[in-house]
Amino acid sequence: MTTTPASVTADQIFILLRDWLAGFLPAGLRTAADVVLGVIAIVAVFPALFALTTVFERKGLGRMQNRLGPNRVGPYGLFQPIADGIKALIKEDVVPLRADTVVHFLAPLTLVVAVFMEFAVLPMGRNMALVDMDAGLLFFFAMSASTELSVFMAGWSSRNKYSLLGAMRAIAQMISYEVVLVLSSISVVMIAGSLKLTKIVAEQNQYSGQFPHWYVFTPWGVAAALMYAIAATAETNRSPFDLPEGESELVAGYHTEYSGFKFALFFLGEYLAMFAISGLGVTLFLGGWSAPLQSLNVIPSWVWFFAKVMLCIFVFIWVRGTVPRLRQDQLMNFAWKFVLPFTLLDLVVTALWRFMGQGWLRWIVCTLILAAAYVLMGRFGLREERMGRRSYRYAE
Amino acid sequence: MLGEGILKGMLETARNFFGSYVSKERLTTVEYPEKRIPAFANARVFPFLVYDGSDSLGGMRCVACQICEKECPPKCIYIEKSKDKKPDYVGKPQFYPARFDIDISVCMSCQICVEVCPFEAIKMDTEFELATDDRFGGLLYDREQLAKSNEYYHSIHPAEANEVDARLAEEKAKVEARAKAAAQAAAAKTAPGSSETPGGGS
Repeated sequence: MTTTPASVTADQIFILLRDWLAGFLPAGLRTAADVVLGVIAIVAVFPALFALTTVFERKGLGRMQNRLGPNRVGPYGLFQPIADGIKALIKEDVVPLRADTVVHFLAPLTLVVAVFMEFAVLPMGRNMALVDMDAGLLFFFAMSASTELSVFMAGWSSRNKYSLLGAMRAIAQMISYEVVLVLSSISVVMIAGSLKLTKIVAEQNQYSGQFPHWYVFTPWGVAAALMYAIAATAETNRSPFDLPEGESELVAGYHTEYSGFKFALFFLGEYLAMFAISGLGVTLFLGGWSAPLQSLNVIPSWVWFFAKVMLCIFVFIWVRGTVPRLRQDQLMNFAWKFVLPFTLLDLVVTALWRFMGQGWLRWIVCTLILAAAYVLMGRFGLREERMGRRSYRYAE
Repeated sequence: MLGEGILKGMLETARNFFGSYVSKERLTTVEYPEKRIPAFANARVFPFLVYDGSDSLGGMRCVACQICEKECPPKCIYIEKSKDKKPDYVGKPQFYPARFDIDISVCMSCQICVEVCPFEAIKMDTEFELATDDRFGGLLYDREQLAKSNEYYHSIHPAEANEVDARLAEEKAKVEARAKAAAQAAAAKTAPGSSETPGGGS
């Protein structure tokens, strides 16, 4: 690798900063200080990113609809999140009279805490995973699954029909797509041979000439990445899978009865989940913090990670600006009749890829199988039953 | 193929996204407080009272007939008739409103007062930036606030104002012609040797 000492310093700047800060403490406390400083960094950086994303999302959506988007508060409307934050903080916190107060209060907290836990295992740069767990992927999915608990807590404790309906939809949707999310990352585990996220990145951080060995550049990888993207969109309740909070039917779904700061926490939790799941997607398929070309490795690794995450966020926003919301039965049909079987097939193809050895033959075979399956399942798997004209037995 | 439509849609939104930075024609937004589109001639917000000439209270067309007050569905108009009379545009002595209040917090902009006014005295305004921090007094408009010149009326509803002016001029001419005829008749009556004319039923 052609890296100068300066670029190494830039690459490891946060690690060096952390060690320098921890150096002020006695040796016995340093390990604990390292962890605390890492936590502080995560808790500071991602909410800041969330604040920026809200305004960029509104501006981006505006531009996609040929509007200007917010541009009143500060230069180019960049201080909009501050205004929104102040508004959320000084709003009255309304709790329904018959709500289960304790659960109602705990629901947004459990969401945010669980989502923050997901960031612990993500490698955000070279040596920049807070906890380099051997079963990091499993930990991530465990934490992302526990966000469903808070959704159900919110929906149940509000004692509101819209909240409950929204929560039930959310649970149905999140559990259906959770399966796909896990299965699509299993193929990465099959190839990398580890649940350790740093190992998965290290496997992808190899180059043939200039070209990186990212998993998205293989036939099984592109299929898995596509399925992962669909499942991630559904998992984070983003449009077009935003049925749990479909405002035209359910007011706001499970957070109907939340106002003020609790609502802001839900909002924060949703965006943080989006960052986390994009971060995991980047780690699994887009090479984590590795540069897209070998010569670009002079740019610090954490820049690449955050650039890739923001790219994923842009795709999320782009999809939201394009695709209308699905119907509940379409959503479920799509999950169980197309996405899940295709992901299972992709597992088989990944195994094939693993055991066909090096060479161009596996490229052709795997691509053909996946392309044929995609076309056929798209055509026949999602075919809807044609309803005849409605007939009345008694009304006529 | 599955997903084809989504890709087409994504292409379209991408075109909008980048196009809106390049071509100004795509952006239809008018940034309101700084820029504004001219008010439409058909816009109608709240009523105002038209006056002729430069004296806002003296030239007011309203004769305090109170038809609008009686017709107003939400009863937002309050009129007090004057004790004395002053000449109107044709010179006929008429009452005038000593007090004319419209509570625009009650007014529902139905325009019935305008429809029923026989004197073309009350018309609909296009002014819409009427927000105030005084909930009661600030929204109760008296005759000084309601009085607006005929020129202003021309500037907001030109076609309608021309029509009204033509009608008023025609009426005035008719009255003048009748007065002239009456004067002639009177002159003929007093002049010797002329034939008897029947008295004009004025």
